[in-house]
Amino acid sequence: MPAEIYLNIAVSGLLTGLVYGLMALGLSVIFGVVRVVNFAHGEMMTIAMYLAIVLFAAFKLDPLVMMMPIAGVLFVFGYALQAGLINPFINRPEHSQFMLLVALAIIIVNVLLMLFGPDARSVQTAYSFDSFLVGALIVDATKVYAGAAAIVVASALFAFFRFARIGKAIRACADNYTGALVVGLDVKRLYALTFGLGAACVGAAGSMLVLLIDVTPTLGPAYTLLAFVIVITGGLGSMPGALLGGVLIGLTEALAGLFFTPSAKSMFAFAILVLVLLFRPQGILGKKPS
Amino acid sequence: MCVLLDVQGLSKRFSGVRAVQDVSFTVPEGAIFAVIGPNGAGKTTLFNMIAGALAPDEGTIRFAGERIDGVTPDEACRRGIGRTFQMVRPFPALTVEENVVVGALLRAADVGKAKIAAAEVIERLDLDAKRHQKASSLTLPDRKRLEVARALATKPKLLLLDETMAGLRPTETDRMVAILRELNRETGLTILLIEHVMRAVMALASRILVLHHGAPIAEGSPNEVVRNPAVLSSYLGAEAL
Amino acid sequence: MIAALLDGVPRRVLALLAVVLALLLAAPFIANDYLLTVLILILYFAYTGQAWNIMFGFAGQLSLGHAIFVGLGGYAAAALYVHFGIAPWVGLAGAIALAAACGALIGFLAFRFGVAGVYFAILTIAFAEFARIGFDHFNWVGGSAGLFLPVANYARNDLWNLRGNPAMFYYVMLALTVAAFLLSHVLLRSRIGYCWLAIREDEQAARALGIDTFRYKMVAVVISAAMTSVAGVFFAFYYNNLFPEQVFHISRSIELILAPIIGGVGTLFGPIIGAFLLTSLAEGLREVMTAFGFDAPGAKQVFYGICLLVVVILVPDGVWPPLARALRLTTRRES
Repeated sequence: MPAEIYLNIAVSGLLTGLVYGLMALGLSVIFGVVRVVNFAHGEMMTIAMYLAIVLFAAFKLDPLVMMMPIAGVLFVFGYALQAGLINPFINRPEHSQFMLLVALAIIIVNVLLMLFGPDARSVQTAYSFDSFLVGALIVDATKVYAGAAAIVVASALFAFFRFARIGKAIRACADNYTGALVVGLDVKRLYALTFGLGAACVGAAGSMLVLLIDVTPTLGPAYTLLAFVIVITGGLGSMPGALLGGVLIGLTEALAGLFFTPSAKSMFAFAILVLVLLFRPQGILGKKPS
Repeated sequence: MCVLLDVQGLSKRFSGVRAVQDVSFTVPEGAIFAVIGPNGAGKTTLFNMIAGALAPDEGTIRFAGERIDGVTPDEACRRGIGRTFQMVRPFPALTVEENVVVGALLRAADVGKAKIAAAEVIERLDLDAKRHQKASSLTLPDRKRLEVARALATKPKLLLLDETMAGLRPTETDRMVAILRELNRETGLTILLIEHVMRAVMALASRILVLHHGAPIAEGSPNEVVRNPAVLSSYLGAEAL
Repeated sequence: MIAALLDGVPRRVLALLAVVLALLLAAPFIANDYLLTVLILILYFAYTGQAWNIMFGFAGQLSLGHAIFVGLGGYAAAALYVHFGIAPWVGLAGAIALAAACGALIGFLAFRFGVAGVYFAILTIAFAEFARIGFDHFNWVGGSAGLFLPVANYARNDLWNLRGNPAMFYYVMLALTVAAFLLSHVLLRSRIGYCWLAIREDEQAARALGIDTFRYKMVAVVISAAMTSVAGVFFAFYYNNLFPEQVFHISRSIELILAPIIGGVGTLFGPIIGAFLLTSLAEGLREVMTAFGFDAPGAKQVFYGICLLVVVILVPDGVWPPLARALRLTTRRES
């Protein structure tokens, strides 16, 4: 097979991987700070995707343009969820939190199923079938825009955590819960904020992903799983790790789809997960637990 | 007198911090040996190495003549080392009796025999009235006694007690001291204890080792150690005299 | 031996159990076909819930990929039947062996490498997904198109080949559930049971008491996997078809754990109570909905989700413990 095909597939996988990375970033932020295993992560993204579909169908609004409002809606959802439902669960045993979010995930998937039915839906924008020619590369326009948007949002998030006062406060909570309380940080509010941010990430990622794939209500669990694979592979608690993991998984998926059957591509993601869990549980960029 | 525990040149560091530095001592069978020192002196790290929870970086540990450095915690218990934890760790959802039965199962052929053995230990530790109470509902002194009872049920030759008296009122402390003294006298159980409560140390120990910043600064009989100037300046203070 | 089994169980509990068992034995004569299928479903979830409960409720290892054992068991027995004409009671050996080996592999990898808690749960999910996709491409057993068992007419009950009318399947499932229940009871009051509970409560403390926690955790996983695979065999011969997308899907795994969590994790009766509650309420809901002409796919699942939510928030230990206390049925062993 000519080299260009590999390159095309790789670039395609890389760009999709950036969107995956953004989605996983949301999970990394939530798990890294609030320490809640968000089992409804993919399902939250599905909500965003359906929002994008509805807005496009009704008003012809481009999902990338609607990215910020959709992220905003998800932010509010995430904030309310953490403040209302999850905060009381912080000190409960791990499996209790887990089950809470599993229950939520079940409810979300099936409410979406009841509202939209099981058939796949998609968004066809004006540029859905366009592509860019860069030398020997033929890249889908949607993937380029989505990938670029992912980088922009991720950078904004990095900047927030690095430079904004609230961002630093949130990092303080993650590093030292009691210490944060002692210096007077309103940890519960910061947790809600963080969950909101994570949800916003996932909302933005959803708006991008809707350009790349068809949407069904049952998409949620697969992407929750994918987010976990990415976060664990890239490194828990490492934001660049989430992006790196996303790109890695995007690449693996694309290349696996090329060499083997496309339906087997997730097997490789899982194989990577198992290997990481066994041999380097802190992930590629993660810190070794003390 | 036969030497039960022989520690030589034991060292352990945690990324640059020397938690235990070149500690050596021997504990004869049937003795009560205390390890004291300021917080952070490396006492619990020392215990953890003897009990198999941590592997030493350097040094050897001989128990009943055999090397046990680097052995797993469950293997250490099987060989006869019982231990309690500084922060007590009862099995919360299990009753007092069930907690002790878990310990007794190590040497008992079946659950029935384990229950009989457990009953004896529970009796000795004054927990009989509470045997069917859930461990999570016990007061701290009772939990401490449960911790000791459970470790005792494994029929250890050497019992490691990590700050068993912490948080106990003087009367409770005296009670525990009496129980331990009786155990030592009646069964010849060797006891190695970490303690801050000097009242208990002076009442129990036949020999004391003092650690400071992970290194030994004094060892001897209680009276010798308590008058040692290095010990006084680093830990006890002049009022101890 | 029966005396040993019954020792320490309060009289009221025994009486109640006797009544329930009598009712269950008489069910095929009282209930109509539809009700019987509902009862079969309840017993199925009670059984699988009990099997899962051994791994999590007793030994503290959270598995969210338990469908893999159902699938492996079902496919093993079904393949042996379809390709070699081997009866399910013999094929059972193959099913159990395969599931036990898989459980041992997962357990070994996880426990040797210190994968615990949430990470262990994610590992089990990964394995189940691996199996799902793998079997999709496994053409000897039909691949994604599915494996079909030849359906004979139901005039005669063939217990040996598990072909027959609902009543036959009902009694098989009832026998399995009773056996699972008795096995759990025996295990709980044996050395293994005590060690498992200790490991669940505090693994480090358990090790300090001389318990080889690796071995006991492995035993829990293998027993749980083996028990679950038997349900898989039943599943295959009852529904007569197996599709990887369905059998190994994560929603099967989640479905499996709903009953024990709602009923009460770690208790003996929890999975059974949970299965009764959940399935009967869900069927009731479905009846009400069809009565109103309201048909929405997914409504039942939303109901399950809400039940789970309510239980997790209000009665995190499950419905059974407070119920048992209210009815004064608790033995000291019920955690």
